[in-house]
Amino acid sequence: MALKIVKGSIDRMFDKNLQDLVRGIRNHKEDEAKYISTCIDEIKQELKQDNIAVKANAVCKLTYLQMLGYDVSWAAFNIVEVMSSSKFTYKRIGYLAASQCFHESTDVIMLTTNQIRKDLSSPNQYDTGVALTGLSCFVTPDLARDLANDIMTLMSHTKPYIRKKAVLIMYKVFLKYPESLRPAFPRLKEKLEDPDPGVQSAAVNVICELARRNPKNYLSLAPLFFKLMTSSTNNWVLIKIIKLFGALTPLEPRLGKKLIEPLTNLIHSTSAMSLLYECVNTVIAVLISLSSGMPNHSASIQLCVQKLRILIEDSDQNLKYLGLLAMSKILKTHPKSVQSHKDLILQCLDDKDESIRLRALDLLYGMVSKKNLMEIVKKLMLHVDKAEGTTYRDELLTKIIDICSQSNYQYITNFEWYISILVELTRLEGTRHGHLIASQMLDVAIRVKAIRAFAVAQMATLLDNAHLLTGNMQRNGICEVSYAAAWICGEFSEHLENPMQTLEAMLRPKVATLPGHIQAVYVQNAAKLFATVLKSQEGNTDSTAAQETSQLMIERLPLFVQSANLEVQERASCILQLVKYIQKLQQKDVEVAEEVSALFAGELNPVAPKAQKKVPVPEGLDLDAWINEPPSESESEDEQPKAIFTKEETKHSRPRHIEVDEKELARRREARKQEQANNPFYIKASPSSQKVYQDTPGVEHIPVVQIDLSVPLKVPGLPMSDQYVKLEEERRQKERAEKKKKEKKKRKEKRSGRGKKHDSGPESEEDITPAHMVDIVTEEMPENALPSDDDDKDPNDPHKALDIDLDNLGEMAGRRPLADSEKLPVRSHRAVEAAKSPGEDGDAETVATQQPKKKSGKDKRDDKKKDKDKERKKSKDEKKKKKHKHEEKEEDLLRGEVHEPVVQSEGISQVAELPTSTSAEEAATVAAAEAPVAEVVSGAAQDSEPDEPKDTEMEETKSSKHKKKKQKKEKEEKEKKKKKRHHHHHRHSDGGGEESVQNGTVEEEEPLPSMSNYCLLAENSYIKMVYDIQGNLQDGSQVVVSVIFENKCDSFLKSMEFNVLDSLNSKLQRPEGSGPHDGLTVPFQLPPGVSNEARFVFTVQSIVMPQKLKGTLTFIVKNEESSTHEKLDFKLHFTCTSYLITTPCYSDAYAKLLESGDLKGSSLKLEGVNMPFHHLLARICFHHHFSVVERIDSCSSMYSRSIQGHHVCLLVKSSGQTVSIDAKCDEPTMLGNVLDEIKQTFSQC
Amino acid sequence: MIKAILIFNNHGKPRLSKFYEHYSEDTEQQIIRETFHLVSKRDENVCNFLEGGMLIGGSDYKLIYRHYATLYFVFCVDSSESELGILDLIQVFVETLDKCFENVCELDLIFHVDKVHNILAEMVMGGMVLETNMNEIIMQVDAQNKMEKSEVSWTPPVPCMCMT
Repeated sequence: MALKIVKGSIDRMFDKNLQDLVRGIRNHKEDEAKYISTCIDEIKQELKQDNIAVKANAVCKLTYLQMLGYDVSWAAFNIVEVMSSSKFTYKRIGYLAASQCFHESTDVIMLTTNQIRKDLSSPNQYDTGVALTGLSCFVTPDLARDLANDIMTLMSHTKPYIRKKAVLIMYKVFLKYPESLRPAFPRLKEKLEDPDPGVQSAAVNVICELARRNPKNYLSLAPLFFKLMTSSTNNWVLIKIIKLFGALTPLEPRLGKKLIEPLTNLIHSTSAMSLLYECVNTVIAVLISLSSGMPNHSASIQLCVQKLRILIEDSDQNLKYLGLLAMSKILKTHPKSVQSHKDLILQCLDDKDESIRLRALDLLYGMVSKKNLMEIVKKLMLHVDKAEGTTYRDELLTKIIDICSQSNYQYITNFEWYISILVELTRLEGTRHGHLIASQMLDVAIRVKAIRAFAVAQMATLLDNAHLLTGNMQRNGICEVSYAAAWICGEFSEHLENPMQTLEAMLRPKVATLPGHIQAVYVQNAAKLFATVLKSQEGNTDSTAAQETSQLMIERLPLFVQSANLEVQERASCILQLVKYIQKLQQKDVEVAEEVSALFAGELNPVAPKAQKKVPVPEGLDLDAWINEPPSESESEDEQPKAIFTKEETKHSRPRHIEVDEKELARRREARKQEQANNPFYIKASPSSQKVYQDTPGVEHIPVVQIDLSVPLKVPGLPMSDQYVKLEEERRQKERAEKKKKEKKKRKEKRSGRGKKHDSGPESEEDITPAHMVDIVTEEMPENALPSDDDDKDPNDPHKALDIDLDNLGEMAGRRPLADSEKLPVRSHRAVEAAKSPGEDGDAETVATQQPKKKSGKDKRDDKKKDKDKERKKSKDEKKKKKHKHEEKEEDLLRGEVHEPVVQSEGISQVAELPTSTSAEEAATVAAAEAPVAEVVSGAAQDSEPDEPKDTEMEETKSSKHKKKKQKKEKEEKEKKKKKRHHHHHRHSDGGGEESVQNGTVEEEEPLPSMSNYCLLAENSYIKMVYDIQGNLQDGSQVVVSVIFENKCDSFLKSMEFNVLDSLNSKLQRPEGSGPHDGLTVPFQLPPGVSNEARFVFTVQSIVMPQKLKGTLTFIVKNEESSTHEKLDFKLHFTCTSYLITTPCYSDAYAKLLESGDLKGSSLKLEGVNMPFHHLLARICFHHHFSVVERIDSCSSMYSRSIQGHHVCLLVKSSGQTVSIDAKCDEPTMLGNVLDEIKQTFSQC
Repeated sequence: MIKAILIFNNHGKPRLSKFYEHYSEDTEQQIIRETFHLVSKRDENVCNFLEGGMLIGGSDYKLIYRHYATLYFVFCVDSSESELGILDLIQVFVETLDKCFENVCELDLIFHVDKVHNILAEMVMGGMVLETNMNEIIMQVDAQNKMEKSEVSWTPPVPCMCMT
């Protein structure tokens, strides 16, 4: 009954698939969040089920919820489980979920390495495809390093579908693991000429991405790309190549010259707009890079501009946009050719599309000249009036200011006009850029001395009329303008016509509504004005006026003294007291104006924004050193209350007016001057700029002609800049007329002499003389400022690492072949690479395990161990020494092993971890009694896992007490992490293990334990083949044979063909269309000394018996003189073990399996096994694809499954040198064979 | 490189989001919202490129979008992609969807977002254009669907170990 309910609920849960979830969410619009949270609870339940279909369904729903913004990272492990399903349907769901939510810091990613590797080598192309797609989204540096070689192999896959994906993903691999670029590059280059257009396009894609970041390394590919460009018809490829050329030409002008012609041809011939556009773009890039020396490039420019004009005139907005975009590129180097299309561009300013208007604005920026600036700005001002959206209007505003202020106001001939424009811009409602206008006003007023009088007048009117604007001033940023206005009026108050009026305007009560920082400026500058007013009034005989002014100040200032803003308050109260004092003096008829204005004497000069940064640190100055030693804590605690008290006192006494006599003031001023002189940070009048100022004729002498100041001032505060345009034109005409007159005169005079020397052609830039002799004060920089090379390269740019020289990378091991250290890591148990290393013989892999070696490069732990060894050695007699040596050997093996299973484990790989942890644990308990050396190591291992609970359950006792799976998983993950850290540690701590060159997915620098499943297939003087057979979980009738071919001779091996005589039971899978006896072409060639791996798929029917297949490898040996056909026979041995797949199994499921009674038993006894138990287990796990289910002391249960689903269970017990194995399996023949194979493994020991 | 592909409807409801660079879920949602905000206020008959959107990438990046009936298809790309090329790609994408779903409408995307992902995976991989030929894409998608179907009818001889 209860079961039924449970089952029913499971069914119901299972029923809710993605569609139901979506429907549910749509039906719960009001309480969506609540509904989803119940759904997530359901999903959590589903994920706890063992049924993979239920899990996959749950993960599929999670993927959808992730899109809605829910964090689903908690289900990462379940996603991995679904990814490792044997069914494509679920696998795809798993990989999709992973690609959506995995990233570099997802812990479980490292569990996926083997699963992905398995999928990559799957005979089903879609498994591989799905894995590649997923991997492209979540590849991490670790994954990239571990899988680079597998992916590289796939680049030569027989199916183009896989090839193109593998090629494309290499870019991601390069990014994460830059070391792989050099070894992979030759093959990538090869793929540029792949027969399949998709693969070709992928290769072009990858190289373009690479070259875009580091173009110089790819210049050598230019001829190849040139060939592709002229031959390819695929527009995608063409576009990419042409874009690539755009990146290459700046580095190699000769390339550009060559490109012009084919590109122009393409421009003329193609009908595809996208291609045309990219061609034009690249031609522009070429022309920019040539910029000189091409006789006929004006024709090309004309062609480009012409084509772009067609684009811009097109009704398609996209083309218009792109046309303008490309135009702006031409503008930089050939402004003249663009300027002739000014009409068109101005027209685009009226476009309804904002993107286009913005582009047009960008263009205008580069099109201005002294001649047309006013005209263009006038147009823009019209647009400002018309513009609806504030964003676009703001954009216009900033553009106007940008255009006018660019390159130090280069194009402005009349600053009065510019000031008027700025004042007009203040009328804009709701602009965010008040501060921009303000800073321009300040900048111009400060730096253009000649304009100050005019600017001050304008600002005064602005202040006067501020009340008109204050209504909306408060809300928008435009009130910033009054900041500038107040400051300019105050600072340059000597130019004011009616300072009294301005002073009054600045002290209006309404000012108190302005933001604090502006009020502060008002108050301060009111004081400056006050000084000026006093000065002018004191000259008069009537002293009452001056006193009235003081009275005005005294009346108005208290308003500011009450301000909530500290700054305002402070300044106001200071100034108020000062004025009160002045008033006192005035009543005594003392002349004070001189002293008051001395308060504000001195010139302010503009300082470059970077000036402060550029001040060099004087020699001997340590900026980090303490000036005063910091007081100790106890001291400061004691003194603090006091300090506070005294501080408060001074504050109270502050308002007291301190009388200062003239002498004191002078003394202080002198002291301050002195101090300022010594202070490098103080802004002071530089002698140089002052000199400039004195040299120039001065304000009075500037020829301000023709401009009637009253004209712009007629409209109060709002000068019409348009008038200036007219005036300017008139002025220019006049000038021109005058010039002509002069020239005529000159000509008349000189007619007798050189007749036509002065050609008064069209008015050129230089002819326009500015209305004002303008002295634009340059910004000050500190003396011996540091050069400004610093710049903004992002140190974290991943592409920096890919800046790798690829030029010398000849395919035939050219000038700089790959160094050993550059080769891609291959899985560690591929002993081929180990065999290649010096010091190990060719037959190392056959007896791999038997010859552990001591390596010269030792890690820390090793050293420690050695030390202890020495100590012990001293205390022990000769006999023990012998034994000790033996133990040392074991020790090495053990240590190797600790890392081994991480690499070897198949499947989800978690269970394969177990032997390691348990073995370490085991060692700890046994070691104390037995091996002094092992003690050290296992002790360390135990230290690192102190709280690991010991499992005392045994499956035979059929105890129902099991650990919770989850806990177990966590534990395993933890262990994994630990191990991982461990590896890294080793990698860093060791500099030069020679052997480690290639064998490290994980233990690059580890002393090689050389456990390898690869065994020798055949070998002669040219080539050596080693192979490994793995079952294919997806298909019960397939096994994959991985064969590593190693070229042993000095010649090039090519046209390798692999053939096997099929038996009734086992057949080599051949591509469709080939006969049953045809060989398979090995998809690569072997340069000397290189090895590579190929995989062959075999179908098998019965897997209960081992079998052997005869085969032949034929190949061509090619060297400089000759090429010969060679062949090599071999026998492929399919053991029963090779049909087993490491499959994780939980102990409860294992117990049930044994209980079921379906399995038949058999047993085996091994005598004289001379190795620790954990080592023994690791060996069975590794060589025979088992996983440890549970283990207590020297007894362990193990599990494995065949590709056809046979369960194989082992109970391994060890006592002394005898090991007994009880085994159960549902197929007795197979079991017998497996046991025989296990026996053989150990007999080799 | 393509940095992100987004599909949302006229109300800003996401129908598909594919980011080729990792962002937190919150950031992803914010990007979707901002992108929708930028795109939705644009008239029809204006150009399909948008600069700005500082959330993704910065100045080198552009939003390229197309608006079909109730759906916006937005690609966020950098300067290595051809603007017009990406527009074509969007067109290919939509046509492929149309073929695979037989007259695609928003509901198809709502209920079968996984399928849309699978189709997209045949076109763009890890931010790079994989295939632009519609027939090739459809062929591969169909082959995989066929495989999926065959798996539904066929159960493996021995189910997963854990089920025993």
